[in-house]
Formats: sequence, structure tokens, C-alpha cells
Amino acid sequence: MRYIYADNGATTRMSDTAVQAMLPFLQGTYGNPSSLHSVGQAAAEALVKARETVARCLHADPKEITFTSGGSEADNQAILTAAALGKKKGKTHVISTAIEHHAVLHTLKKLEKEGFTVTLLPVEPGTGLVTPEQVAAAITDATCLVSVMLANNEIGTIEPVKEIAALCREKKILTHTDAVQAVGHIPVDVKDLGVDFLALSGHKFHGPKGVGALYTRRGILLQSLIEGGAQERGKRAGTENLPAIAGMAAALEESVKNLDANMAATAKVRDRLIAGLEGIEHGVLNGARENRLPGNVNFCFEGIEGESILLLLDDRGIAASSGSACTSGSLDPSHVLLAIGRPHEIAHGSVRLSIDETVTEDDADYIVEQLSEVVSYLRGMSPVWRDLVNGKSPFITK
Amino acid sequence: MALYSAKVMDHFRNPRNVGVIEDADGVGEVGNAKCGDIMKFYIKVDDDVVTDIKFETFGCGSAIASASMATELIKGQPVEKVLELTNKAVVEALDGLPPHKIHCSVLAEEVIKAALKDYYDRHGIAYDPALFPDDHDCESCEL
Repeated sequence: MRYIYADNGATTRMSDTAVQAMLPFLQGTYGNPSSLHSVGQAAAEALVKARETVARCLHADPKEITFTSGGSEADNQAILTAAALGKKKGKTHVISTAIEHHAVLHTLKKLEKEGFTVTLLPVEPGTGLVTPEQVAAAITDATCLVSVMLANNEIGTIEPVKEIAALCREKKILTHTDAVQAVGHIPVDVKDLGVDFLALSGHKFHGPKGVGALYTRRGILLQSLIEGGAQERGKRAGTENLPAIAGMAAALEESVKNLDANMAATAKVRDRLIAGLEGIEHGVLNGARENRLPGNVNFCFEGIEGESILLLLDDRGIAASSGSACTSGSLDPSHVLLAIGRPHEIAHGSVRLSIDETVTEDDADYIVEQLSEVVSYLRGMSPVWRDLVNGKSPFITK
Repeated sequence: MALYSAKVMDHFRNPRNVGVIEDADGVGEVGNAKCGDIMKFYIKVDDDVVTDIKFETFGCGSAIASASMATELIKGQPVEKVLELTNKAVVEALDGLPPHKIHCSVLAEEVIKAALKDYYDRHGIAYDPALFPDDHDCESCEL
């Protein structure tokens, strides 16, 4: 049976390039980059090269790149740094959006407990877009940071970060963007975006897990989250995870090199999936149609629950994910789906397919065929669907 | 998937007694779509024995499996024995459920009781109200 991995938003398969790039640092050049001996210095040189590679891919300066344990740490560090800088000037207001990743939202919750005021901007129903005008209207004299994700992890919507950063710069407000889902998938140029901080994660673009990076615009003094040695210019203590850093740099370089071709191929398959799945009655596309990650497809299907869909898809060789409460271990379905206006009833019935360039148009047809069958089958045993069909309760979707 | 036991997956993939009984003697429905789980049971009762049972479920894999297993445990049993069925018995019969899925078995116990209560009500049979818990609320999912 074929196996289609359509959960690249969760994590990706490492590329051969990334694996090969890691190997020299496991046994050969295993030294600690802080050591003076030759095996240590060889490691230090590799660290410099990896930093240059990551910087080049983002159009940043190597000094602006700090390696972290992943996207979450980078998000935490960016927000806490901006907040600390703001507090020194008596500015304790932060603006973000309702659809951010929990790495951002939970850090903001922490700031609220410390006395900060947080404005979470609502997003456009259906698409999940925020506008620069919304940001402008929310800015006060006390605003120290605006954090808006570059691309949403669940619904794939690409936010107008460049325009938002431009208006914040005029008012001398720092901007952070969680670009974990964007880097390696769409063009990301920190100078063009004009942000002060940008977070990325290695395993989202065929690199290793447990490694990420934070871009911090030159001139901003990053606040350390982990105290210890002087690694990462004293901004992130702990011996550098060189194998992972090298793997991430190689994966990023490869992703950026093939970006145009991968984007075109993936978007074509994405659009085929969307067109096919729109053929299923009483379903709705989540997220923007235009400003959308090339590999993201997300639908809600009325009358059924997401975890059941995933288990049956897995039986049919398709790996996907859902924003249903049952898959999250909480009572509420995805905060992103709720924020784009999907009621609980249909938010539970969501499926996200996040594809990469290896998924073909033929695979897309197979997914549409299998998902259509699974939806019909589950609706056949659903009392909710029966009530909808019998007119006892109104359909939410068309 | 290792999340569930082989038995849960078997009942999820091949649920027993799915469907509707149009002339049921009792119908019970618990849960709500907002929570993400609804179970509906239809029973036929003859001579104080549950002779037929069908279910419908909106919910996750363990909700479907719990409902399916519950129908198997009940079918052909005298009403008094059915009343004694606990969510624990459903969990054991399924070779266990993950901790955050235990509420699915609670729904199965509640829906059986709801169907029996409906049967008693429809047929004017007196019963002890203490036998039947209050309607399911979302809070109990967290226990």
C-alpha cells in the first residue's frame, strides 16, 4: 500500500543533504567549539560556516543569527527580550494575533502575569488574515512589541508582516515574526520584511529536530533565557548542538535553492487537493485562498469528528492531522479554527493536509478519493449528521 | 497507532451494531457536538431483556469503540444486568483506554442509562430516579 505523508506541518522527513551534513560532527569532528585543540577548532569553524549559511538564506548578517533548541525557544526569547526592553522605557503593551502558535500565546500569557497588557487582534473570518490597519489602530504610546506570525501553522494563511513591520518601524515599535512554517517554504528575506526578530525551526524544512534559530536585528541586545557559558555571544548558554545546526543549515540552503521549483510543484498539488475536496458537500476550506502556504490544505467537514478521520486515513496510508479537541487532549478544538469563526461543532471535524514536493497529483487524487469515502462512512454513523440531513438542526456550511 | 489497544482499533474499524432502530422501545442520547462527542443508543426490550441494540456516534476513535463494545456487552442481557454496566467494564473489555479518553467510556455508560430511562418512561414503568445520573456535562470529561 502506498504511504502518503501529508503532515509536514508537524514535522518533515530529513533530506539526504541534511543527514550527510550532520554525520561529520557525530564522530569525526566531534569537538566542542569552545575548545582550543584542533578538533574543537574544527567544530568552531563549522559553526561559523553554518551561521553564515543560515544568515545568507535569510539575507541577514551572521551576527544576527542565534541558534536555539527550536522555534519555541526562539519565539520565547524574542518576545521576552522585546518585553524587557520595553519595560525599561515604561512600555508594557504588546500586540499579537488570536491565531499565533502557543509558543507565542503562552509567552504573552506569562507577560500578562508580569503586568503587561496584551492585545490579541481578531482575524478575518474564514481567511485568518490580519490587516496593517488593525495593528495601527491597536498601537498605543505604551506599545513595545508587535508579534505577527508570517504563516499560520494550521490554516496556512500568510500574514502581511512586511506592511505591519513598516508601520511599526515608523513608530519605533519592535516587531517579531514567528516564521517557523514559512522559512524554507516561501521566500523569507529579513531585510525586505523589516522585522526585528524572526524565529525558525530546523525540522520544518527537512532538517533535524531540536534545533532552530532566532534572527535578531543588529543593535538589539538579546536577553538570555539560559544562563551558563558564553556560547552564542553570551545570549544562549550550553554547548552548541553542532550536528543539528549543521544539518539545519544544509537543509535550509537546499530548500532555498529549490524554493521556486518546490513552491510551484507543491502549490499545484495543493490546488488540486482543494478543488477535489471542495467536491465533498458540507465542507469548508479553512484559511486564505490566495495568501496561502504552498503546501497547506485545511478543511472542516460537518457532522463528524477529526480524530476518527485521521485514524481511518492512516489505515488507508495517509498521514494527516486535525484541530479536533480529541487530538489535542483538551476539551476545546483548535484556537485557530475558533478564531476564524468556525463554531465548535464543525471545528472538531477538521483535517489538515500539509504536503511537500514529494506528494504528486496522483497522490492528491488518491487522498481526495479516500477522504471522501471516510467522510461519507463516518457521517453514516453520526447522529449529528442524521439530524442535519433530517432538518432537525441547520447546516452551518453550504 | 499505538495510542489505542488492538481491541479498541478492532471496534473502531469494525463497529458492531451501528445503525438506527426505527421502532425502538427506548432511545438515549448524551454528549454534545460542542464537546466533540455524541452517542445515541436505540434499544428493543422484550420480557425485560435487551433483545436488540443499535448505536450512532459522533466522536473520536475511542468514542466509536466504546459505543460498539457497550452494545456487545448489553445485547441479549436482562435489563437489571444492563443497569449494572459501568464505564470501567467497557474500559476493561477494550483492554484499556488512554487516560484522556476515559470520558468516552463514561458516555457509553450514560447513554445506556439514558436509553433505559427512556424505555421506562415510555412504558410507564416505575424506577428509582437515583439509578440515573444527571445529564452529561462537559466538566465530567475532565475527571
